[in-house]
Amino acid sequence: MFIAIDNQATFIYTANREIYHDQPSVLFIHGAANDHSVWNMQCRYFSTHGWNALAIDLPGHGQSKGLPLNSISSLAEWVEKCTKVLNLEQLAIVGHSMGSLIGLELASKTNSLANQLAMVGINVPMPVSDQLLEASKSNPKVAYRLVNQYSFSRRAKLGKNDIPGLSMQGVSLKLMNRAQPGVLHADFIACNTYDEGISSAKKINCPNMLLLGSQDRMTPASRTKSLSNALPNSLVKVLPGTGHAIMAEQPNRVTECLRKFLVKT
Amino acid sequence: MSDHHDFKLETLGLHAGQEPDSEHGSRAQPIHFTTSYVFPDTDTAASLFNMERGGHVYSRISNPTTAVLEERISAMEGGVGAIATASGQAALHLAITTLMGQGGHIVASRSLYGGSHNLLQYTMPRFGIKTTFVNFRAHDSVAAAIKPETRLIFSETLGNPGLDVLNIPAIAELAHQHQLPLMVDSTFTTPYLIKPFAHGADLIMHSATKFLGGHGVAIGGLLIDGGDFDWTQSDKFATLTQPYTGFHDMVFTDESPVAAFLLRARREGLRDFGACMSPMNAFQIMQGVETLSPRMQRHMENTRTVVAFLQDHESVREVIYPELPEHADHALATTLLPKGSGAVFTFELKDGREAGQRFIERLKIFSHLANVGDAKSLVIHPASTTHFRMSDEDLLAAGIAAGTVRLSIGLENIDDLLDDLKQALKSR
Repeated sequence: MFIAIDNQATFIYTANREIYHDQPSVLFIHGAANDHSVWNMQCRYFSTHGWNALAIDLPGHGQSKGLPLNSISSLAEWVEKCTKVLNLEQLAIVGHSMGSLIGLELASKTNSLANQLAMVGINVPMPVSDQLLEASKSNPKVAYRLVNQYSFSRRAKLGKNDIPGLSMQGVSLKLMNRAQPGVLHADFIACNTYDEGISSAKKINCPNMLLLGSQDRMTPASRTKSLSNALPNSLVKVLPGTGHAIMAEQPNRVTECLRKFLVKT
Repeated sequence: MSDHHDFKLETLGLHAGQEPDSEHGSRAQPIHFTTSYVFPDTDTAASLFNMERGGHVYSRISNPTTAVLEERISAMEGGVGAIATASGQAALHLAITTLMGQGGHIVASRSLYGGSHNLLQYTMPRFGIKTTFVNFRAHDSVAAAIKPETRLIFSETLGNPGLDVLNIPAIAELAHQHQLPLMVDSTFTTPYLIKPFAHGADLIMHSATKFLGGHGVAIGGLLIDGGDFDWTQSDKFATLTQPYTGFHDMVFTDESPVAAFLLRARREGLRDFGACMSPMNAFQIMQGVETLSPRMQRHMENTRTVVAFLQDHESVREVIYPELPEHADHALATTLLPKGSGAVFTFELKDGREAGQRFIERLKIFSHLANVGDAKSLVIHPASTTHFRMSDEDLLAAGIAAGTVRLSIGLENIDDLLDDLKQALKSR
């Protein structure tokens, strides 16, 4: 469906389902230079299991119009506007990479909005190397390729994924190739300049989970200790042999982890 | 191994899409001879049917062995995925019926494999899909043939019978100016000789029966999506951009902007037309794919030597091969096909139809049959077989002389091949 945010058409994937306000809702937020489609299987699953499942295209991403925003706080404010337009007063938030930073910021700023928070493939802080930042500005195609190469585990680089017939590394690269000019650079600036992560984590008062890949080289699982320590009662789940493109590499296991977390908490 | 490393073609051909199975550690890909798959519970069953989980339901739609071949060829071509089909013809049919219905139109090259020409010229019109055939060397003709109802531009990377080299970058640009995808049949070239997506093509099909399999034991086709074409930029592709009542009103471009074509092709085309590849054939073709690069290298070495030999032979009027300076597409071949212009080519004997028949009957190593791309060298004389009923005049109009012979050069020792050709030519 399309809604208007700041007078710009904004796309929200709902797996062709209407929103019922007597159901719990889960909002999926994608990462840098991605779009809603990275969450399509999880969205479809929850939409048939008693949830309103919504995956947004951030401004300038996917089918959403508007310019990309280059700070996590402005992106969180923008997502909050979406929830207001959709009349969602409480919901579970699930983010990936940059999307998990947005979820963290949104949940910390709006204490009553998020009743659950799952952060997939996250580091706080989330620095971006100077080389990658420059490539995202001057030669985005090179940056897409570098990001894609670093986002998959060694095992997954040769494939054998859950979805028959698809080459997920190809899917991920071609999705980034479609990003509008300036999108990846704005996203990287947002990640690179987000300094409030730990203080925001301390304000979280809802059940929360970190879902990480043991072979994630973009946001290594080994660098999440300070975040998990700052979060109250954080559940940390590490998927073995998995890289940063967690939903692409292990869609079924991601769904299962989210199901256990969202249904049981 | 570098941490940021794209695997090369040879490695992908051996490993992509497969890892040793977790139960027995089988290094080779096991053949999953099963029609169906046990669901652990009703919820998982429903999730698989509704595309909420990855996995297999029924082998007409997907199969673990076939899926490895699909992922492997996709990785080798640089695509987002692939669908294995019962034959190359089935791959072409699947592509067409995924993109258009009654009233649809295709612009195709005149220089097509006869089977593809039959499908487009005679069969698809019965279902309301028409094709205009044009000379793809004349780019203006391609543009002029495009109509409002056109949905696909189609050609072979190396056309029949004159080995026309498709100018993929130019034709792709032209197609994209009209919001149309370019599909190429890369059967003769394989990803070893050219990667059409890197030059602008949007879809690739193969008759995997030929060089990909290489052994001549299994029929199969492959349809690969490059994932770059934007199906939403016009209203031409309603099958992908509008709700499909046949599958939960799914809008395939919403589901996956990059893999929408494959989703529809599998969820509708394989499901309803059912021209899937058997797991046995997938396994056999995979054995060929594993050795594609060294085989193609040898195919090229042998072909170049045979071409040079025939060019110098007194009984030969002309050899048609793009690497020869006199070929119309020589410059293009040098640019697009630096590793070689394939292992199938034609040459013309000076003494016409009877000379062609005598030559073929004298050959001992070359097999006389209607196929190409085998590890074994093959030969056919169109004027006395596939085009037997045509007059010499009609043959010429089709680009075939009475003395034209088509060779598919295999992997035998080159000295043995040359000896065979020498004795067959001498005996005339």
